[in-house]
Amino acid sequence: MSDADVIVVGAGPAGSCAAIAAARAGRRVILIERGPFPGSKNMYGGVVYPRILDELVPRWWETAPIQRWVVRRSTMVLSETGALTVDYRSNAWGEPPYNGATAYRPDFDEWLSRQAVAAGAQLVTSTTVTGLLRDASGRVTGVRTDRPDGDLTASVVIACDGVNSFLAKEAGLYTATDPSNFTLGAKETLALPKHVIDERFGVRDDQGVDIEILGGTSGVNGGGFVYTNLDTIALGVVLKLPKLAAQKKRPEEIIATLKAHPAIAPLIEGAEVKEYSAHVIPEAGYSMMPTMVTDGMLVAGDAAALCLAAGIWLEGVNFAMASGMYAGDAAAAAVARNDVSTKSLSAYSDRLNATFVLRDHKKLRKVPGLVLSDRVQQKYPAFVTSVVERVFRVDNPQPKPGLRRIVREERKRAGIKLSQLIRDGWTGLRGFG
Amino acid sequence: MTSIDRDTSWPEISFEERIGTAEFRIHERAHIVVDGDTCRGCSTRECVIACPANLFVPTSDGGILFNYENCFECGTCYMVCNKEGAISWSYPEGGFGIVFHRT
Repeated sequence: MSDADVIVVGAGPAGSCAAIAAARAGRRVILIERGPFPGSKNMYGGVVYPRILDELVPRWWETAPIQRWVVRRSTMVLSETGALTVDYRSNAWGEPPYNGATAYRPDFDEWLSRQAVAAGAQLVTSTTVTGLLRDASGRVTGVRTDRPDGDLTASVVIACDGVNSFLAKEAGLYTATDPSNFTLGAKETLALPKHVIDERFGVRDDQGVDIEILGGTSGVNGGGFVYTNLDTIALGVVLKLPKLAAQKKRPEEIIATLKAHPAIAPLIEGAEVKEYSAHVIPEAGYSMMPTMVTDGMLVAGDAAALCLAAGIWLEGVNFAMASGMYAGDAAAAAVARNDVSTKSLSAYSDRLNATFVLRDHKKLRKVPGLVLSDRVQQKYPAFVTSVVERVFRVDNPQPKPGLRRIVREERKRAGIKLSQLIRDGWTGLRGFG
Repeated sequence: MTSIDRDTSWPEISFEERIGTAEFRIHERAHIVVDGDTCRGCSTRECVIACPANLFVPTSDGGILFNYENCFECGTCYMVCNKEGAISWSYPEGGFGIVFHRT
């Protein structure tokens, strides 16, 4: 008899949800985490949207370790000295059933893993999975770990081992690793008293703010973010890997430049770095995804590149939780019918295709590339901010120039051809569907 | 050391202080091994710029000095490396390596 029906590798949001789903279906589940506790290896640039947890952990908001509920969602475009912000506020998002929240991943992921343990999964921490066990036919039959006599067998392995997913690669589910599909996220957690954060960001109690930034990354394609925790501010940058080194500027120097921007500096004045952190993000969306199913194995979360980096939408934890849950369901059902072949397990990919997980990704598959393209990154922020600057600058006694003239002149100054602008606009409109 | 820079006013910190804000539980086995000979012939050296933990340091004799101890385990280095096999990358032993903070 195998050691478990289902082995889940990685106790992040995908892995814990996979373990909850499979354990609730009555399967024997081992959930393996290489860190000393779940979440200890995990960081992100933002916000968790836990709506998908309604099914798995009803009234999750009563126990989840949330920092603040996002009631202000801002998108900011930065030129060297200017800033254009679109800011939406809804205090209703700060009340049940809520929308987005900020949370420390070591808190949130550990909390979620406790739900898996409560459902009956066995959590094993401080254990690194070093490879797959396979039978003569190539079917995955378990994992090898770094514990003495550490081989563990199972009917199904669910790889939730994160963005570098050595298990998905070992199983041949990725064709190649193209660095242009990835970004580096580097972040500072900055300490400030709660009342100072409340005043600077215009919120109170457990209300929070999420600011996503285009531009401000020192010529490296990517973006930035600022969001509020209870008594810290998280500020960071996301940098496209192949372009990162071109400007000869290190990640922490790019962060320092963003912090000094006139629109950002007043928000974080006096704040000390409490923690510096970094992580790689699977940025390219649908085009980089692996095969999700093979004999005896499923892939979920960042390991399956299920991270949505679509400009105005930046989500990952929700895709991880949903894909994990669907993988756990499919694995449990396959074990129950004693058939863990690719065909039997493909109920998982069917479910991904039928739900927001892949429907969002397919709909928005052109957007990540557009957002990280050279024009959007290098030319549009200066173009957009200079148009707005001229629209609102009063140059009396000069009469106001027409809006069309401003756009034409600033477009030319930014070196953008009209045909390119129309094409990108069309791609954007179609891409956002 | 505190200094006021332009219109900013937060304490500037050295890279050592910066990396010191993160917790690393260091195992005696290096989980990443860099083949310095291969690096000697590298013209791009993107790892030196890109590594967020600043673990790749060029030496005066044209090589690369690498230290695995303060590694975020992010994967940037092997992805930007243009020399096949110069960086052998794996995870640290279970329980070791970067430990991000809880509240």
